[in-house]
Amino acid sequence: MAGRVIFDENKCKGCELCTTVCPVKIVVMDKERINVKGYHPATVKEMDKCTACSSCAKICPDVVIKVERL
Amino acid sequence: MAVVFDKTKGLTDKPFHYCPGCTHGIIHRLVAEVLEELDLVDNAIGVAPVGCAVFCYDYFNCDMHEAAHGRAPAVASGVKRVHPDKTVFTYQGDGDLASIGAAEIIHSAMRGEKFTTIFVNNAIYGMTGGQMAPTTLVGQKATTAPLGRDENHAGMPLRVSEMLATIPKAVFVERVSVHDVKHINQAKKAIKKAFQTQMEGKGFSIVEVLSTCPTNWGKTPVESLKWLQENMMPYFPLGNFRTPEEEK
Ligand SMILES: Cc1ncc(C[n+]2csc(CCOP(=O)(O)OP(=O)(O)O)c2C)c(N)n1
Ligand code: SF4
Ligand code: SF4
Ligand code: SF4
Ligand SMILES: [Mg+2]
Repeated sequence: MAGRVIFDENKCKGCELCTTVCPVKIVVMDKERINVKGYHPATVKEMDKCTACSSCAKICPDVVIKVERL
Repeated sequence: MAVVFDKTKGLTDKPFHYCPGCTHGIIHRLVAEVLEELDLVDNAIGVAPVGCAVFCYDYFNCDMHEAAHGRAPAVASGVKRVHPDKTVFTYQGDGDLASIGAAEIIHSAMRGEKFTTIFVNNAIYGMTGGQMAPTTLVGQKATTAPLGRDENHAGMPLRVSEMLATIPKAVFVERVSVHDVKHINQAKKAIKKAFQTQMEGKGFSIVEVLSTCPTNWGKTPVESLKWLQENMMPYFPLGNFRTPEEEK
């Protein structure tokens, strides 16, 4: 099942919890950029692998992530 | 295209002030999703604690009331007695509920006050900088126990759920955790059952949620989830301690 995740990036606090629960390991911290809070935000590089499982969204303490099933 | 996960209407748009990776945020979301799913956003009245969650009145999208440290159960008792048609809850930390507010929670349970308590146990006083709580584990370091809690000096950590489960009118008592997605899902189910117990007029209900405090534990958020699982869960076992009789 194909999915897509959307990050409300400026709410991200760089805690990395979402990177530990993705079954296809596509959630990573973007070390190239910082958000308005000054953190490296979480991002997804290979979106085509997303299964829309919502694990990343459920463990995010700051409700940064929205998940869609395509 | 279908949206399978989005921010619940039970939360306002205000960003949380919590430290990075603090699981207070996960617990807020679960409570707020239950408020939405049970159609309580316009009905519920929450009571905020003193502790890191002191500003939760800004985050839950229902009516909220602040209480003095530990006194949320007393405020909730009054609110529920005046508004028996409303669904009333307290959100309290372990310093708030298990030390200064121990009398209030015990006697609210004893009286069978028909509100729900969300009890966030992170084994420390988070807001004030990491002092020992009644729930701090033996050997766990705190600013007031720099060598770790010594049981001969400070006693053994208080198991609040087990204690409250001995009270006849505490009809729903469950301990859950939010250290991984499976347990987060289970925690939400327990919170929903607790609110439903209240809505059915059955008595006092409480869900104890094991939570992290990366800042005062001196660990990263990811290490903190592991520390919770390896150190808190053996002493604070998860499970249901009380469910209303007819549902057993
Ligand atoms: C009457 C009173 N005594 C003491 C305090 C100081 N105080 C503020 S928060 C707190 C403890 C908070 O710990 P906890 O309830 O575990 O919440 P956490 O921050 O860990 O979520 C204390 C002792 C206070 N605000 N009021
Ligand atoms: S929804 Fe699931 S598969 Fe997609 S990024 Fe999040 S954790 Fe990974
Ligand atoms: S869990 Fe949330 S706040 Fe933490 S890094 Fe991921 S998106 Fe950012
Ligand atoms: S001090 Fe601890 S409990 Fe308070 S917001 Fe920070 S991590 Fe959370
Ligand atoms: Mg605490």
